[in-house]
Amino acid sequence: MKAAAFDYVKPKALSDALSLLKQGGDDARLIAGGQTLLATLNMRLSEPSVLIDITDVEELKGISVVSDKLRIGALVTHTEIEDSELVAKHAPLLKAAAPHIAHRAIRNLGTWGGSLAYGDPAAEWPACSLALQATMVIHGQAGERKVSAKDFFIDLYTTALESDEILVATEIPLAPSNQVFYFHELARRHGDYAVAGLAAVAQKDGNVLSKCAFTFFSVSSTPVMATAAQDLINGKTLNSELIAEAVNTARNEIDAIADITNSAEAKKHLIGVLLERGLKHLVS
Amino acid sequence: MNLKKKISLTVNGTLVNAEIEPRRHLVDFLREDLHLKGPHLGCEQGACGACTVKVDGQIIRGCLYLAVQADGCVVETVEGLTKSGVLADLQESFMRHNAMQCGFCSSGMLLAAAELVEKQPKANREEVREWISGNYCRCTGYHSIVDAIVDVLDARAKGQKIKPVTAHA
Repeated sequence: MKAAAFDYVKPKALSDALSLLKQGGDDARLIAGGQTLLATLNMRLSEPSVLIDITDVEELKGISVVSDKLRIGALVTHTEIEDSELVAKHAPLLKAAAPHIAHRAIRNLGTWGGSLAYGDPAAEWPACSLALQATMVIHGQAGERKVSAKDFFIDLYTTALESDEILVATEIPLAPSNQVFYFHELARRHGDYAVAGLAAVAQKDGNVLSKCAFTFFSVSSTPVMATAAQDLINGKTLNSELIAEAVNTARNEIDAIADITNSAEAKKHLIGVLLERGLKHLVS
Repeated sequence: MNLKKKISLTVNGTLVNAEIEPRRHLVDFLREDLHLKGPHLGCEQGACGACTVKVDGQIIRGCLYLAVQADGCVVETVEGLTKSGVLADLQESFMRHNAMQCGFCSSGMLLAAAELVEKQPKANREEVREWISGNYCRCTGYHSIVDAIVDVLDARAKGQKIKPVTAHA
């Protein structure tokens, strides 16, 4: 199908983009990579009257280290993250996750900020940003505000972004030298949305993990952390009994919801499968 | 209300000026306005990869990109790339392995494979399969397509040239 007619504007400055967004109200949509938006327009699931193309806005671009944080601009593409040496060094979880996002032709256009702002619970970046304790940098008419990933993802496709605000960048604490990470997703075809996935980081000292963050995605209406399982693992020597206990804990604490082809029970089962594999990987 | 926008872009080395509706996909613009039938229109939701073209040097989905977004860009389709080394090698290898069947997916497969050969010249068979998983062949001819791409990677790693297929007399 073809999209319904719409107007198209391409501001160069963030302030102009914010004004256009305010002016357009509910009929305006931002477009960056457009890799989700254009599919929904083609299927006429959405019929905005104007698209505001923000890809010329310089403030939204680039990956850099700013003091003790890795700053990733909203317009940074999945491919740029996949290929970035700064990301590989300071947030290796993201480099591991990137190849799982759709396919190269889509990763070449789709953006970090677009994925976060859309808030799809099956997407990789929301889960990674939660595991890495990212902070979202948001601009609106009133200026800048910052929201932690923990408070950003509110519900299905619902974030803390107001309709007249733009996600500008994300700040991620630099990975400490003893950080270990694991990223895996179970999907029917490589590149499809996961049936269930896990983005995990921890700090490792011998066989002891601490500061664990196990974030599951595609199992609930937002990415979700297995906090009880994390508390169980933190500071203890990891062995097969502890792994089994953590698997049961994670299955019990996460309120998994079914999707169109997989039951909540199946999701709970896969949460355990992923966590067991992940923990074995983290101490290997 | 006239929603048409003027765009100016380079397609396969030629400067093109046009006036189009913002809702027009790049792939529709290439096929219907410029009569380039290499990129095909399949699913229109980014799943099948038949519409794959290059914009500013990298592959994209022509159905998830608006022609208006390509204003000022360099666009290449399979028609414009046949003289490049990687693509010529892939085309020879596809012929050698009969990796085309009905051919609907072939232009997208070739463009995706060319980016793989350029970006990941050391890719193994498993990585080739993963990379082209974004391109559907509904004849399910994947095996020979993977064979063809792996052969090109092997040959280039050894500095060998892919030999042209010659017809039997």
